[in-house]
Amino acid sequence: MPGYDKLIFELSSPGRIGYSLPAADVPASDPKELLPSKHLRATPPELPEVSEFDVVRHYSRLSQMNYGVDTHFYPLGSCTMKYNPKINEDMARLGGFARLHPLAPEACAQGALQLMWELGQDLAEIAGMDAVSLQPAAGAQGELAGVLMIRAYHLARGERRTKVLVPDSAHGTNPASTAIAGYRVVQLKSDSEGGADLMDLERSLDEEVAALMITVPNTLGLFEPRILEISEMCHAKGTQVYMDGANLNAILGITRPGDLGFDVCHFNLHKTFTTPHGGGGPGAGPVGVKAHLEPFLPTPVVTKTDDAYALDWKRPQSIGKLQAFWGNFGMLVRAYTYIRTMGPDGLRAVADNAILNANYLMKRLEPYYDLPHPGPCMHECVFSARRQKKLGVSAMDVAKRLLDLGFYAPSTYFPLIVEEALMIEPTETESKETLDAFCDAMIQIAREAESNPQVIHDAPQTTPVRRLDQTLAARQPDLRWRPRRA
Amino acid sequence: MRYISNTSAQQKEMLRSIGAASLEDLLSPIPSKARLSRPLNLPAALAEADLIRHMRRLASRNADADEVVCFLGGGAYDHYIPSPINHLISRGEFFTAYTPYQPEASQGTLRTIYEYQTMIAELTGMDVANASIYDGASSLAEAALMAHSATEGRAELVISRGVNPLHRQVVAAYAEGPALRMKEIPISDGATDLAALKKAVSGKTAAVIIQSPNFFGCLEDVQAAADICHGGGALMIVATDPVSLGLLTPPGALGADIVVGEGQGLGVPLSYGGPNLGVFATTTDLIRRLPGRLVGATVDRDGKRGFVLTLQTREQHIRREKATSNICTNVALCALMATIYVALLGKQGLRKVGELALAKAHYAAEALTKIPGVRLRFTAPFFKEFVLQLPKSPERVVKRLAKEKILAGIPLKPFDRTLKDCLLVAVTEKRTRQEIDMFVQALSQAVA
Repeated sequence: MPGYDKLIFELSSPGRIGYSLPAADVPASDPKELLPSKHLRATPPELPEVSEFDVVRHYSRLSQMNYGVDTHFYPLGSCTMKYNPKINEDMARLGGFARLHPLAPEACAQGALQLMWELGQDLAEIAGMDAVSLQPAAGAQGELAGVLMIRAYHLARGERRTKVLVPDSAHGTNPASTAIAGYRVVQLKSDSEGGADLMDLERSLDEEVAALMITVPNTLGLFEPRILEISEMCHAKGTQVYMDGANLNAILGITRPGDLGFDVCHFNLHKTFTTPHGGGGPGAGPVGVKAHLEPFLPTPVVTKTDDAYALDWKRPQSIGKLQAFWGNFGMLVRAYTYIRTMGPDGLRAVADNAILNANYLMKRLEPYYDLPHPGPCMHECVFSARRQKKLGVSAMDVAKRLLDLGFYAPSTYFPLIVEEALMIEPTETESKETLDAFCDAMIQIAREAESNPQVIHDAPQTTPVRRLDQTLAARQPDLRWRPRRA
Repeated sequence: MRYISNTSAQQKEMLRSIGAASLEDLLSPIPSKARLSRPLNLPAALAEADLIRHMRRLASRNADADEVVCFLGGGAYDHYIPSPINHLISRGEFFTAYTPYQPEASQGTLRTIYEYQTMIAELTGMDVANASIYDGASSLAEAALMAHSATEGRAELVISRGVNPLHRQVVAAYAEGPALRMKEIPISDGATDLAALKKAVSGKTAAVIIQSPNFFGCLEDVQAAADICHGGGALMIVATDPVSLGLLTPPGALGADIVVGEGQGLGVPLSYGGPNLGVFATTTDLIRRLPGRLVGATVDRDGKRGFVLTLQTREQHIRREKATSNICTNVALCALMATIYVALLGKQGLRKVGELALAKAHYAAEALTKIPGVRLRFTAPFFKEFVLQLPKSPERVVKRLAKEKILAGIPLKPFDRTLKDCLLVAVTEKRTRQEIDMFVQALSQAVA
């Protein structure tokens, strides 16, 4: 939407209203008679005064300043930006789900509890785990739950371990969650093939290591072929093995974390199970465990008896609570709807096509961009723009030029172990036609880097704003609107 | 399978281009002994119409707050949600975007977050707000961790029993890793016992944590608590209900260093308790310790105003184990709901919501306490929620009224045994006089 540069505050006009509130049908009383005056706000907050139509037009226009999966191919690696089915939205908005109070008596929430119980069973089957908690609000909170459970498990056995091993290719949340759980993070090297360096693992493993946290397939899009050996090495030292499930999309129905020797794994329902990303969230990060960790699951746990579902709070060894209530239920409804839509064969087809799409794209782009770790890849592939960098065109430049050519950008500069990384995840929901159009754009950019780099440096030009001054934003933080002084 | 676009002819063509004989070739790195040799044991796929029927059946076994009369609160409230919110957030450009890593193609999201940060700062009376945390409870836990680091590792949290017990449990779980100790302060007649608070605060205290309106609906003397807190050199964390702040004094004017809260009441559906909206605001001094994302204004190459994620060196994708928090995905879409809600309600509407809830809650409390044997458990001033003491088991009363489609309140026994004869009742602006009168009548029969 060229030219639109308003904030809602700048549309404000004193006395304009955009609300319709219920009647004041109880005897009128002045707040000053009901509350001591010190509790009453002296000056009103500076909030907009706008009409309903102002609001609708403003936010509709702002939405047009975004690329989303519905409008654009969104190859953001590790984020699994697949199509978010519309039926999921209809189901999450059914009154019995959307307008159910979390503290309603259990007898008034049997359908919701049944859905949660069944979803827990489904996720356990998908991951080869024995039990699942749906409570964590996002992947990072799932990680925290998992590491806290591992901690509680060791402590219950009288072992006070101090370290957690995390590969250098890991998502930033892995070391951050580990640190919050009170552990020292020890970084593991990747080997030249992009897998875990087993020599380094052997050296690092000792009785102080509580867990190894590893992403499968890893952030290079590669399946760790020695994963069974790795989990055996860990278990021999009493170390628990945690799988970051961010990339679960690649292995649905092919292999299961539990069968690979993992003790814990989390799920990103907003990646693998099609709940929308919403501009940054909400997500949902359920966590699955093997039986020996079940006593430590967050409270409450959904249980089923012959005739009813219930929330079980009597869990003396539990790590406690991570959210006020039971999980991001609205997201759970969407994921459940998706799993029921797909069935076992559909989910397997998801993994197969995610892998096929990524390999096809990798093959088409390989002549034009360096591929530090040759495939076959799983659901995503990581190129390096180092060849283009020598011509003065960075991974960032490639990303910006893609925006002009009608595509969102891949993840850039991640994983950290790849120079000028471009991490591309097409997902199974994109067609060959879209992949071809994207590859054509990437190839065009590789050619422009040689023949006309200026057009890349000038990009983007078709977006509502051009390249933004990040340094200014950080040096002089302007984090809220203020009225312009006359 | 309708969500997979490639035809089988295309799949074959793609395999040929890759140089693979079959998909199996691409799976070669996965050890065969780790493969699943059977289909996943899940229910078979359902056609859309069958699935809808199944989902409707499940939904029908739950209490839809529009089909019953809801007096439940305890951190989630049945407030009115204006229609435009659902329409606007459902636009695919908002709904199916992710974190605005490419700001030029994400100005819509970035602008709404900047507006949200401004609204929350205005409501709470603080300098700056972040882009959101998962919910009110995890926001509170993040605030506690932030206070721990901002006070150079002080390891004691002094927390009022007026703080929602479910939120206190979340703080306890987050406190486990850094081994923070929690010292609980009792309540006296519904509000934090300030004399006990004074005794508890010391040079080891990282933060004093209170909630106002608190779990029992009562208003706290935030300023007095803040004075005690600052006397010990600790940070004052105030949990609040943002819906109340159109009417009530913002914690920022009462000495708060960090203000958190559950923002669900700002246009976010109940949805059985999630997703919710964790509000988080603080002072300029503490900005570099803030957890979560922040949006800032800047200019583009042509000098035009634009917005970006900023001060990212606090965050996990840059700082890894030294980050201020592990949060990555937040609840941006719920923050957008709140932004649209606050825009629609505006300066006058939010105050009116507060006035209506206040008046209706006090009308309800007065009428309910005319029932013989029913009384207000506390005399401290309250906003939209209050504690009733009943002459009969609250659990039984709740069960009986549920049959009459009235969700009467939350029995407090599971949270505090000394309140085993008590019921927590919330009254929002949405409740009508008729509904309240019906509740009064049903309760008087149930306790007779």
